[in-house]
Amino acid sequence: MATIELRQVEKRFGDLQAVKPMDLTIHDGEFVVLLGPSGCGKTTTLRMISGLETVTGGTILLDGRNVTWLHPSERDIAFVFQFFALYPHMTVRQNIAFPLQAQGESHEAIEKRVDEVVELLEIGHLLDMRPGKLSGGDQQRVALARALVRRPAAFLMDEPLGALDADFRETMRAEIKRLHIVQNATTVYVTHDQVEAMAMADRIVVMSEAEIQQVGTPAEVYHKPANLFVARFIGSPGMNLVRGHYADGVVHMPGADNHYSVPPDWRRVLDETFGGEGEVIVGFRPEAAIVSDEGTLAGQVYASDLHGAYTMLHVNMNEHDIIHIRSDRLVLHPIGTPVRFDINPEMVRFFDPRTEKAISREVGQ
Amino acid sequence: MSSVKQATATGADTRLQSHRHLSDRAIQNIFIWPTLILLIAFNVFPLFYSLYLGFTDYSAIARQAPVWVGFENFRSILNDEQLWEYFATTGRYAVASVGLQTLLGFGLAMLVREKFKGSGVITTLILVPMMISPVVVGLFWKLMYNPTFGYFNYLLGFTNPATAPDWLGSRWGGQAVPGLALWAVVIVDVWMWSPFVMLLVLSGLNAIPEYLYEAAVIDRASSWFQFWRITLPQVAPLLLIAILFRTIEAFKSFDLVMGMTGGGPGTQTELIAVNLYRQAFLGQWRTGRSSALAYIILIIIIAVSNLYIKYLNQMRGEG
Repeated sequence: MATIELRQVEKRFGDLQAVKPMDLTIHDGEFVVLLGPSGCGKTTTLRMISGLETVTGGTILLDGRNVTWLHPSERDIAFVFQFFALYPHMTVRQNIAFPLQAQGESHEAIEKRVDEVVELLEIGHLLDMRPGKLSGGDQQRVALARALVRRPAAFLMDEPLGALDADFRETMRAEIKRLHIVQNATTVYVTHDQVEAMAMADRIVVMSEAEIQQVGTPAEVYHKPANLFVARFIGSPGMNLVRGHYADGVVHMPGADNHYSVPPDWRRVLDETFGGEGEVIVGFRPEAAIVSDEGTLAGQVYASDLHGAYTMLHVNMNEHDIIHIRSDRLVLHPIGTPVRFDINPEMVRFFDPRTEKAISREVGQ
Repeated sequence: MSSVKQATATGADTRLQSHRHLSDRAIQNIFIWPTLILLIAFNVFPLFYSLYLGFTDYSAIARQAPVWVGFENFRSILNDEQLWEYFATTGRYAVASVGLQTLLGFGLAMLVREKFKGSGVITTLILVPMMISPVVVGLFWKLMYNPTFGYFNYLLGFTNPATAPDWLGSRWGGQAVPGLALWAVVIVDVWMWSPFVMLLVLSGLNAIPEYLYEAAVIDRASSWFQFWRITLPQVAPLLLIAILFRTIEAFKSFDLVMGMTGGGPGTQTELIAVNLYRQAFLGQWRTGRSSALAYIILIIIIAVSNLYIKYLNQMRGEG
């Protein structure tokens, strides 16, 4: 088991900065998800940790050992590829045994270890088949077995569920999570699917534009996004973000009669930030909006979708902003009717449009 | 003016009309029959006629009709120890030449696969020997092998013709070295056809996905282990096809040897195809007997090819 430490690690391909210098520490036994849209540098980061990609600058430490310039085979890590990368000309058994054979282990030791891993992943019935004949899920199980068999210090997974059917992903997600709990191995997992990230991660590293946007637990990333990108990217739909003018404890939003009274504990912070008044972005999750006739904010129902347990209302606050409100499924809101709502004062967030960063209530941040 | 236009227009119309009268089937026939007739005249007829001649006593230059002799030709060929000697020479030649081509071709493919500055040009240059006519190759290698002024020996470091090997004469420093001439022919065949093996292996190598090697590196496989467990099995089907082609060609090998040694010295490079030519078109023109011999060679080649194909299918079935 291992701690992975990145210090100012960066990657350039010619003029393209694929990963800007980043610092990140992944603790022993932790499940860390690198999350971000495609092209944000998350896979490159993972490949640099593995050694499949060399770094342009910075240092990578594995359990305090500097592995920056070591060959992948000298790093004691396993890598699970998006498209499995199984050896097509070998049987499942030969695939799983490959890492052990490459190390020249004895026949008995290999057999014993393969059997253990096969039992753990429940793939005993596949052993004599070739990868080409297996379903995507089974191929991924074999790929996981091949990664597990050597007992590596850390697992790196590059969108391991990306190539699977949607309904099968949930099953495999649970399996990978279970494996992580059983093995308690340090795992770095790359995905662009925020649902996957929320479900699996101990900590999420949100990346965009070649740099880290936020590092935090799923709850932190969801409830306290560090900036506008994270607020929009996490959640489906993302956080509602409405621009308005702040003055004297009230945010005036476009649209008739939209005056939002800032909760008292935020007033001081906003006064300090804007020196009395200024442009601000109010952010709130769909479930933070409370529909009520006494609500201080207003809009018109633009559309409403029934999601089974709840209804998602899409409300037109003004010509720019359509916001999303999670409302009771039993109350009907026909399209075009006016609707009033409040924001749960515990769940409101404020962003500074100049820096695009979240405004923090906590002192010293 | 307008009437001329009219006439042209109607002319074009009638031509179009006449095309329309040709049914699809008629057009098919126009295209197919000339080819078919050529094929029948120059391939199918000779094939069956030579099979018939194989059972006759016949010489193409004698004023005498073929005389049916049954299996006599085949019996005499299979009992002819001299001919078995030629078959053995051909076998040795095929094993040596195909074996070396495979090794060299594979090696070249592994080299050229690495992209380096000028690798494209080098690949093209390597392919040149394959594109030259075998007779031309035979003739200029005859010059290169010449013990007095050929530069093959010079390149090997032999500068004194008296002590240098006379490749095509199977002599070295005044001593007879049997087999030297056969090796000389093997060297030329390897020079000429290794690029062919290289080409097929190269396409096989390029088809191996990069992620297999990435997975292998992660799995801590050494380069050597990767070669034996990934590269070789992945390329094997194409390599086998290359070997199959070259084996068939080696058994039929004629033009190169004829151009270089004509079977000599003595019968040291008398490959079976060379002997076939000798029996058929030189001296007595033993058309009947040589037809029978040609069929025996054909049967051997089919048998050998079938072994390969069986193995190939087995490998594919597993894959």
